[in-house]
Amino acid sequence: MTDRYSFSLTTFSPSGKLVQIEYALNAVAQGVTSIGIKATNGVVIATEKKTASPLIDDSSLEKVATICPNIGIVYSGMGPDFRVLVAKARKAAQKYKQVYDEYPPTGILVKEVASVMQEFTQSGGVRPFGVSLLIAGYDQTGPTLYQVDPSGSYWAWKASAIGKNMINAKTFLEKRYSDDIEIEDAVHTAILTLKEGFEGQMTENSIEIGIIGNGVNLFNSDKDRPLFKKLAPSEVKDYLANIA
Amino acid sequence: MSIMSYNGGALVAMVGKNCVAIASDKRLGVQLMTVSTEFPKMYQATEKSYVGFAGLATDSQTLSERLRFKINMYRLREEREIEPKTLSNMISSTLYEKRFGPYFVEPVVAGLNKKNEPFICVMDVIGCLNEADDFVVSGTSSQSLYGMCESLWEPDLEPEDLFETISQALLNSIDRDCLSGWGALVHIITPERVITRTLKGRQD
Repeated sequence: MTDRYSFSLTTFSPSGKLVQIEYALNAVAQGVTSIGIKATNGVVIATEKKTASPLIDDSSLEKVATICPNIGIVYSGMGPDFRVLVAKARKAAQKYKQVYDEYPPTGILVKEVASVMQEFTQSGGVRPFGVSLLIAGYDQTGPTLYQVDPSGSYWAWKASAIGKNMINAKTFLEKRYSDDIEIEDAVHTAILTLKEGFEGQMTENSIEIGIIGNGVNLFNSDKDRPLFKKLAPSEVKDYLANIA
Repeated sequence: MSIMSYNGGALVAMVGKNCVAIASDKRLGVQLMTVSTEFPKMYQATEKSYVGFAGLATDSQTLSERLRFKINMYRLREEREIEPKTLSNMISSTLYEKRFGPYFVEPVVAGLNKKNEPFICVMDVIGCLNEADDFVVSGTSSQSLYGMCESLWEPDLEPEDLFETISQALLNSIDRDCLSGWGALVHIITPERVITRTLKGRQD
């Protein structure tokens, strides 16, 4: 049906779709689940670190990444595509800092990343990125969580899941989310949501969690500015112990 | 002949108690000839911040237009007004972009941030930022202005007292400078409103 229109990205199909984007979303749906939850005082993002073999050194794998001190990112889909976007996002954040001497508000950075992803749906000779991103940030308007899709469309969530188990995870989140949830509860809920669709044993090395909430700034310019940080395995272990 | 003294002009900004003041002379000259007596060097950047450019008049005008563009784009993108500190860094970057063919202006920024804290700073032609908590000066009478400000300024002046101080500092400095003068324009920025007053000084 859509075969005639699926080779060239810049061609619309008769139904008005860009089939390459549809296929990119399929690639995302095959990736491991990632969760994001926005709390009143911060945001948490988490994902499974699924390795193909127990021989892989999973400490070298980074799925939750920092873009700049106030923004973190996680993905579902193709790892290599994610790394390209992380590099572009980091560069965009530093470019902003060079002009304004402050890090970009989350919404501004999300627009930049989404704009890059959109470019790859309208340029010749390229393919869309096979990832959906969850971008968590804290700026002067407070904590925010955004999802960016391969098409380049983005929107803010209170809580969301992307990847393989997203439908079940979102149903689970709908029941458990409340507008006044705090960051500690949010981490707890994120782990429980991941556990729902987890294949195998969940340990502190098989999941990655990143949070942004109130913390101390390393760079000495703004005190009490929230910093994005990834939880160390020992911290994850404590949270897991509370669930068991 | 120096480019920075081709058109002439003087600028000064001061910090008061929960307010800032910025003032400039009104002369536009072409070397020794006075061409206009209604040429203040300050432009309103946002509701609570002003930018002034001392130096070459054409660059002052062009930069103010470029800045208006950037400030408007910022407002549309970020859905908020730009803060004085951020604005200063933006001007600094804009000037440094032209490092090897600069704009011949020395900008002064004065404003209140969203918490109504005062902010003033001055830059050189290639954007070196110099933030101060008392006063900043720029222009052909900068030497005299430094002296006047140093002696007249004191911390925590109320808006009306700040007005008197900045006016005396400016007026007496430009009277000693043949390239600045023909009156002055003063803006006092307070959390509630901006008070603008014109001073009539020596008309020579």
